[in-house]
Amino acid sequence: MATEILMPALSPTMTEGKLAKWLKKEGDDVKAGDVIAEIETDKATMEVEAVDEGRLGKILVPAGTENIAVNTPIALLAEEGESLDAKPATRPKAADAPRAAASRPEAPKVEPQPKSADAPAAPEPQAPPVAPATSPLSAVRPTAAVPAPEPDAGETAPHTVREALRDAMAEEMRRDPTVFLMGEEVAEYQGAYKVSQGLLDEFGAKRVIDTPITEHGFTGLGVGAAFNGLRPIVEFMTFNFAMQAIDQIINSAAKTLYMSGGQMGCPIVFRGPNGAAARVAAQHSQCYASWYAHCPGLKVLAPWSAADAKGLLKAAIRDPNPVIFLENEILYGQSFPVPTSAEYVLPIGRAKIERPGEHVTIIAFSLQVGMALAAAETLKAEGIEAEVINLRSLRPLDTETIVQSVKKTNRLVTVEEGWPFAGIGAEIGMQMMEQCFDWLDAPVTRVTGLDVPLPYAANLEKLALPHPDTIVEAARRVCNR
Amino acid sequence: MAATTARKPKPNEADSANLLKYYRDMLLIRRFEEKAGQLYGMGLIGGFCHLYIGQEAVVVGMLAAAREGDSVVTSYRDHGHMLATGMDPKGVMAELTGRRGGYSKGKGGSMHMFSREKRFFGGHGIVGAQVPIGTGLAFAHRYKEDGAVSLTFLGDGAINQGQVYESFNMAALWKLPVVYVIENNKYGMGTSVERAAAGKELFARGQPYGIPGQKVDGMDVMAVRQAAEKAIAHARGGKGPYILEAQTYRYRGHSMSDPAKYRSKEEVAKMRQEHDPIDHLRQKLLEEGHADENALKTIDREVKDIVSIATEFAQTSPEPDPAELFTDILIEA
Repeated sequence: MATEILMPALSPTMTEGKLAKWLKKEGDDVKAGDVIAEIETDKATMEVEAVDEGRLGKILVPAGTENIAVNTPIALLAEEGESLDAKPATRPKAADAPRAAASRPEAPKVEPQPKSADAPAAPEPQAPPVAPATSPLSAVRPTAAVPAPEPDAGETAPHTVREALRDAMAEEMRRDPTVFLMGEEVAEYQGAYKVSQGLLDEFGAKRVIDTPITEHGFTGLGVGAAFNGLRPIVEFMTFNFAMQAIDQIINSAAKTLYMSGGQMGCPIVFRGPNGAAARVAAQHSQCYASWYAHCPGLKVLAPWSAADAKGLLKAAIRDPNPVIFLENEILYGQSFPVPTSAEYVLPIGRAKIERPGEHVTIIAFSLQVGMALAAAETLKAEGIEAEVINLRSLRPLDTETIVQSVKKTNRLVTVEEGWPFAGIGAEIGMQMMEQCFDWLDAPVTRVTGLDVPLPYAANLEKLALPHPDTIVEAARRVCNR
Repeated sequence: MAATTARKPKPNEADSANLLKYYRDMLLIRRFEEKAGQLYGMGLIGGFCHLYIGQEAVVVGMLAAAREGDSVVTSYRDHGHMLATGMDPKGVMAELTGRRGGYSKGKGGSMHMFSREKRFFGGHGIVGAQVPIGTGLAFAHRYKEDGAVSLTFLGDGAINQGQVYESFNMAALWKLPVVYVIENNKYGMGTSVERAAAGKELFARGQPYGIPGQKVDGMDVMAVRQAAEKAIAHARGGKGPYILEAQTYRYRGHSMSDPAKYRSKEEVAKMRQEHDPIDHLRQKLLEEGHADENALKTIDREVKDIVSIATEFAQTSPEPDPAELFTDILIEA
């Protein structure tokens, strides 16, 4: 039977074109791959190749014809010995062609219907103020609808954040032989900030690996190792240097599970100090919390205390997904009580109420949790009881804990070291608009790093970063004091 | 000439079987890609679609020398690699049409398919990004001491990416079992190698790191297999990475919407007529008596049927369920 040769679409946007020239004439034999015609598209002149072999039986559209719709038959290809006097049996009309039906550039018209019971239902137009899920972020909500109380982890002993991080890695490396640590100066130097002290001695050079200064390369290498059955911990000397590697973190680690239909999990932890240290100027002082928290496919954690650091890092290493673990250099040397139980591990996606209060909620993460607690003491003396929430996890974000707190205090201050524009505070403020607008007695207020590259001069640097005093001022403002 | 040719010895059966397999594998890629081009023209495949036509001997020759357990990773001109690793043409074609039956459930498309079973690790859309990833696959092979090798394919365009040299450095430093296969098809999109790469010999780009390399005729599947055997033995033997530069040619444009005006028709025609890897092998099979016309026609028909079945599947498999929008973002811990 004769085969129709159809007007091809030769670019993603082409709907019609001109048949510029036939390079074969009726009666010519053609093989698959032979160029048979030239077609002018909306962008360029393209060659059309035969897909099947046979004899060019009949040219249906002469050279020079313009505005030929895609999928219009332009010629008939006869098989050996076949005559083409009869019309072919089936003949799709151009208008019925798949491209006409395709909805390529348009947004999907379907309502998302997530399977998981925890995932939200489709948005309801008449939703009451507390209704969940008018947000496009709804799918990334933490799994628990109601935050569980902080479990009692038993006995504690004082440890620095630095020790807690090291102990978390060591315990997980003892537990799982596929866990390994790589990064600059992590082995023989014992860590640029001494976080990996002692690990080389215990686990050897196979599992504690000094890399060259080559962030893009070793991050991609870690991702490949994770695809192939290992659980890498990739240490960045600071997250500032991870900008060299962000393509591998986002495009390779975060997106591949989705792009593979769920086949290619990437169990990897990217960790290191984030944000400003002291007087190291703009290139070494950026907070990347909102950069990574923006991206589906990642989990983003930011511990404050040593107990956070240990419990969350263990959880991150066990997690089957890529986890960004944002530490803080200033906290490394600070001591906190840490549960001594070998079973101690924290859930990802849960915030912790560090200090209960009834007049205003202050949300912070990492170093700023300490500042918020200091601010709360000042406010107490003024008769304002602040509830301080330590976020711990930025993605998934524990909005339930925040919403419950705001419904109690009706006032909210967010604190972060990063820039205000599109920051974590901006996101939380928007979510409060969506989820508990009617409970707010004052606009949500942000305390952030100022919208400037961080200056070197001591006085300017101090002015540019959040401080307990700026948190106190913001809290007074939302309490109309 | 034929009359004066001395009677040839009967070819070894195993050789014949191998050669026929390479012929079939290359032909499957060719016919599959032609069909993909046609489906693109009909609007059934969207977005970017980079065809492998002309380069078939490279991946088929490389995999002829690989063994079970070895890993493969490449860039976005990847359909040929999937078929050569044994992935099901139905699943590949259905991914191209964005259907539920595709390897990535329709969520990845032409550039993003994977198969853990066949140890194919993608399918990566960012030029050069697969090179550190392939180096990491090798790192894991060495860590697990499983004796496998990573075959990491890249194009002549990717060879100028910085992360390639970061990978070369670490692979050489740690003697990782990886073979880097540069598929030099002469053009990085529309820019010829001469206009993009300083220095002529891409295979020598590993020299400062002590990585041996060699050039191979990428239009000759047997030459590729021979070079691959040497390279893979080197990597598997604990001697570290190896670089192969396969001189090849893509007949089609960079992607479906590329009219390829940066090269002459004569150049393309000359490659197709004089260096086509499939024609070349077909001729060898006939001349050396590995197969007759009938046997080859049978293979042609089989391949055509496989592609027809894949095409049918790719058009009848339903579109993904809307609920798939929110799956596979994270693995439930």
